[in-house]
Amino acid sequence: MRPIRRRRLALLLSVLAGAALATTLALLALNQNLDLFYPPADVVSGKAPIGKRIRAGGMVESGSLRHGIDGLEVRFRVTDMQANSFSVHYQGILPDLFREGQGVIATGELQSNGVLNADLLLAKHDENYMPPELAEIIPH
Amino acid sequence: MTPEYAVFALILAFGLACLIWLNPLLDRVGIGRVSTDLRLAAGVTLLIGIAFVMLIYAFLTSDFSVAYVAQNSNTALPSYFKLSAVWGAHEGSFLLWCLVACVWMLALGFKLRDSASLELQYAVPVMALLITGFLLFMLLTSNPFERSFPFVPSEGGDLNPLLQDFALIVHPPMLYVGYVGLTVPFAIAVSALIHGQESRNFAALMQPFVLIAWAFLTLGIALGSWWAYYELGWGGWWFWDPVENASFMPWLVATALIHSLAATKLRGVFIGWTLLLAILGAGLSLLGAFLVRSGILTSVHAFALDPERGLFILLLLVASIGSALALFAWRAPRFGALANFGVYSREFWLLINNALLVVATSVVLLGTLYPLLHEFLTEEKVSVGPPYFNAVFVPLMVLLSIAMGVGQYTVWGARAFPGTRELMWIGALALGCGLLLPLVFTGALSIAGFMATSLAGWLVFGVIEQCRTSKGGRACRAGMWIAHVGFACSLLGVGFTSQYSVERDLALSAGESAQVGDLVFEFQGVTEAAGPNYLAERGRLQVRAVNGGQFFTLLPEKRRYRSGGQVMTEAAIQPALVRDVYVSLGTRIEDDRWSLRIQIKPFVRLIWLGALIMLLGGLCHAWLIRSGRLA
Repeated sequence: MRPIRRRRLALLLSVLAGAALATTLALLALNQNLDLFYPPADVVSGKAPIGKRIRAGGMVESGSLRHGIDGLEVRFRVTDMQANSFSVHYQGILPDLFREGQGVIATGELQSNGVLNADLLLAKHDENYMPPELAEIIPH
Repeated sequence: MTPEYAVFALILAFGLACLIWLNPLLDRVGIGRVSTDLRLAAGVTLLIGIAFVMLIYAFLTSDFSVAYVAQNSNTALPSYFKLSAVWGAHEGSFLLWCLVACVWMLALGFKLRDSASLELQYAVPVMALLITGFLLFMLLTSNPFERSFPFVPSEGGDLNPLLQDFALIVHPPMLYVGYVGLTVPFAIAVSALIHGQESRNFAALMQPFVLIAWAFLTLGIALGSWWAYYELGWGGWWFWDPVENASFMPWLVATALIHSLAATKLRGVFIGWTLLLAILGAGLSLLGAFLVRSGILTSVHAFALDPERGLFILLLLVASIGSALALFAWRAPRFGALANFGVYSREFWLLINNALLVVATSVVLLGTLYPLLHEFLTEEKVSVGPPYFNAVFVPLMVLLSIAMGVGQYTVWGARAFPGTRELMWIGALALGCGLLLPLVFTGALSIAGFMATSLAGWLVFGVIEQCRTSKGGRACRAGMWIAHVGFACSLLGVGFTSQYSVERDLALSAGESAQVGDLVFEFQGVTEAAGPNYLAERGRLQVRAVNGGQFFTLLPEKRRYRSGGQVMTEAAIQPALVRDVYVSLGTRIEDDRWSLRIQIKPFVRLIWLGALIMLLGGLCHAWLIRSGRLA
């Protein structure tokens, strides 16, 4: 092979190898950090995995919000306004737009007793905006 | 002044913009040019400027017969927020986007007014073609002057309280100047490709535009991050939110472009690659517009969902970038001179820089778009959280910093390193700093602290050593040095903040105190306070250091806005270069017992300070080029 050809080949191969390596690593990282979204029906029916980090959401059921003794522990139920609902347990400060009867998306691990142990709550951020996940399951 | 005149001005601007890109075609078929590009560009800019001023006027006079004004402003809003409400939502912000695009086109036309260069003759028409698309989009789907007849409301809605803030007055304009500025290198690259003869003359013209757009993009992103930090109320400064990524990806590509452009301009290498980056930069900035304005991704920034708008921008994106890429595929082989350089040359290290930045852009793009892809394929909804981005992005930045320290030390076309021994000394010194400094400041050692400090040291010491030893040619490296020191500064801030921040959620009754870190917080209860358009519950905390010394008061608020009834947390921050003390008021638990979040964030200000220094570096280099101090 002529030197120029050989160099081109080496360059091409190293670029391909680098790209393959980067893609593999990125896909691996992606696979480990995907948070799937489950509506209340899936949580109730057991379709949502237990002990894995998931996102689940719906409406905060009216009258279900309970504060713990120290004030930071919170329990409430999330419903799809039909027949399905599940409990969420959260330790910390509630987001500003968190209300009973409003949409919420909770991220955390589902326990075997059906309670979602959330470490992150996402309430919608203004009056007009509805996260696409919730828009589908909540009748307007 | 009726808003209809503004719509008329926009339609006229649309017509004039069409003339600009029709000009070369008319010329070719023998009819001849209508007027010069510069004159037409000035006309378009003037007309859109008039429309923009009329929108501002409608806001200042609270003309609620205009639907956009009625939705985003009310009479109680302070006038500076009425001004920022002009670009506070989709329609108005897109008018600003168009205006900025026109100003860039005008600047480009001005630069090229005496140019006889054949390869640059299509730059302004290409820019005008894009602007035609923008204007069409605005006129058809998002006219900011649409009337709310026949029912004119007597009082408007409200500007989203989150946006009622100083940083948000300046953040969108700065960001847009950067975003839209990236369409200028796109136009130049497409013009060079249309002309299609190998040359690197376009690089000299492209360089100042890229530098200035990049500087503004840096500022816009930094302002957005700073705003999120103090205004969202929870002390985060970067969330890997799709819309943040939308502004960050063009920034990464623009950074790569700056570096490859230097090689193209000075050494004539990477010509095709530079052209490709210029196209991709504009592509990513249009993709960002699509992600934000179509509302298809869950984001704290997204405007309300509107499929029609999304589809239009997607078409614009596919048409412009698709045809540019096709043109590139056809013409690029003519630009591909095989470069000849070894691993010790600056060219090689710029190649490494570009590879790492492009990979970084790709992984961010993957994480941002993956939820859409996944839903399309499986109909399951997923989100990609910050852990993914941190896992892939942080290692790449570590590699980039290491390569940067070597790269800034190399010389064009060199066959050997100029000072291997110095480089080893610098490395040893940096590692020493990495071990020592985190220990001194925080009393604890950690991998992140060590990495951030030694990498920052690696860059800064390298720059100092170069400053000291380089005899001539300081001017052409000054901008790079400043920008690299800024990068090191941000790196230090990111490392320390993410590693050594303290965060505690507490429930306190009036009169109780709690210790967080080495500070004691005494909660003195909550009182009511009234602002111009909101009522606030204002907490009061006395803060003192355990060992005496520092003593200050913090007043975090919970605000309820009158018109929309929205509630917002207004954090209280005691800022300092060394550490911020950050308190946000949670909710009332009972009587005088409240939940509070207390955070101590060391060196968080360095993140934005670093961005400011980077931007200074970019502007410095642009200024040096302009003043002709670079040989």
